[in-house]
Amino acid sequence: MPTPIQVELPAALRLHAGIAGHNPIAVSVEPPATLASVIAALESAHPALRNTLRDPATGKRRALVRFFACGTDISHQPLDSALPEAITQGREPLLILGAIAGG
Amino acid sequence: MSKVRVLVGTRKGAFILTSDGARRQWSVDGPHFPGWEIYHVKGSPADPNRIYASQSSSWFGQTMQRSDDGGLTWQTTGNSFLYDGDAGTHQWYDGTPHPWEFKRVWHLEPSLTDPDSVYAGAEDAALFHSSDGGATWRELSGLRKHGTGPHWQPGAGGMCLHTILLHPTDPRRIVIAISAAGAFRTDDGGLTWKPINRGLHSEFIPDPNAEVGHCVHHIAHHPSRPDTLFMQKHWDVMRSDNAGDQWTEVSGNLPTDFGFVIDVHAHEPETIYVVPIKSDHQHFPLDGQLRVFRSRTGGHEWEPLTRGLPQSNCYVNVLRDAMAVDRLDDCGIYFGTTGGQVYVSPDGGDHWQPIVENLPAVLSVEVQTLP
Repeated sequence: MPTPIQVELPAALRLHAGIAGHNPIAVSVEPPATLASVIAALESAHPALRNTLRDPATGKRRALVRFFACGTDISHQPLDSALPEAITQGREPLLILGAIAGG
Repeated sequence: MSKVRVLVGTRKGAFILTSDGARRQWSVDGPHFPGWEIYHVKGSPADPNRIYASQSSSWFGQTMQRSDDGGLTWQTTGNSFLYDGDAGTHQWYDGTPHPWEFKRVWHLEPSLTDPDSVYAGAEDAALFHSSDGGATWRELSGLRKHGTGPHWQPGAGGMCLHTILLHPTDPRRIVIAISAAGAFRTDDGGLTWKPINRGLHSEFIPDPNAEVGHCVHHIAHHPSRPDTLFMQKHWDVMRSDNAGDQWTEVSGNLPTDFGFVIDVHAHEPETIYVVPIKSDHQHFPLDGQLRVFRSRTGGHEWEPLTRGLPQSNCYVNVLRDAMAVDRLDDCGIYFGTTGGQVYVSPDGGDHWQPIVENLPAVLSVEVQTLP
């Protein structure tokens, strides 16, 4: 049974992908939900997001993209790690942020 | 009456500037893809409604855009640029081996005959080709693997493949240039390549006459004489009359021969344009005067063109892909600056006017001449 996951995307990616409305957006993921499966679902629902979060050559998270779950930075966890229950049960959104790299 | 459409890539989006053949009144459309770096936007010579744009971001990587209606609407296309096989290493700035890593597409060159065929010049240097309108990309790896690749080194802007010249009558011949590796040519459609740097002399590398390692900034040619090449090197303006097999310096009386852009008049194959920049350390015009220099003799003898350009306190740069010419009877010359100005001369360089003055830093300028 697919799980609805709430995801907050950076504004630049929402604009790029033409996603109307406000954060969070919902994607459906087969359990067990992982960062990798959420990214795949995002890319499937919004093809303009392909390869924007992961490098297609390495499959790894882009260096200036970060993931947060329930207030915890999970950017450095393996992409196939299971997401926390609060995320998979829809109580909390998965936060995807562009790293603060400006002035 | 003919029209022109100027395609401008900037650090923070793309802009489309349009005018009738008089090129006095302009409309400005944009920003397209606001906030993203747009290294290059170029239309297909075979179908001017087909336009490709290279969109990138330090955060979210490379994306490609395609328009089928002259830039009114856009769709994202394929953005997987994967090196063929083991990418291997090139030299880093300090001479140590450094893995080849794709960063962005600097230059797009649509086929002269097929709107779905387009080449992409990448950083780290490689040539990619799409035959399906940008949906998928395949590396022409004969270039990167021909033998000298491990000795290539990045220039200050990165190790970018920034120039792609397609031959108008021989589709097997392509000339490309890489900073700071040099110029290369294929005569078999991209299977095999050879360096074409004989005659280049670069004091800033250990062997000034090396086979590779020259920081070529841009190359241009005229379609009627495609084997006559004009090059703006890091320092030196050069020409070759045999498709790059041998180069000779034509800097002549230029006040400084450092610069980035070079282009050729649409109807006079020996009339060429450069924008001299003070030095490799001081990337702005000499004496704060923005001057285009024109040679009507294919080099050696140059005249400054200043009417309508700022002649004091101007410290912008003009980057390598930021000059273009239209094909109207009275050839228009265009260039963009890092200060966000795009200038046009509707009379071959004699008089200039700004089309727009406050864009983000301009990375590239291309022109389409429309019926």
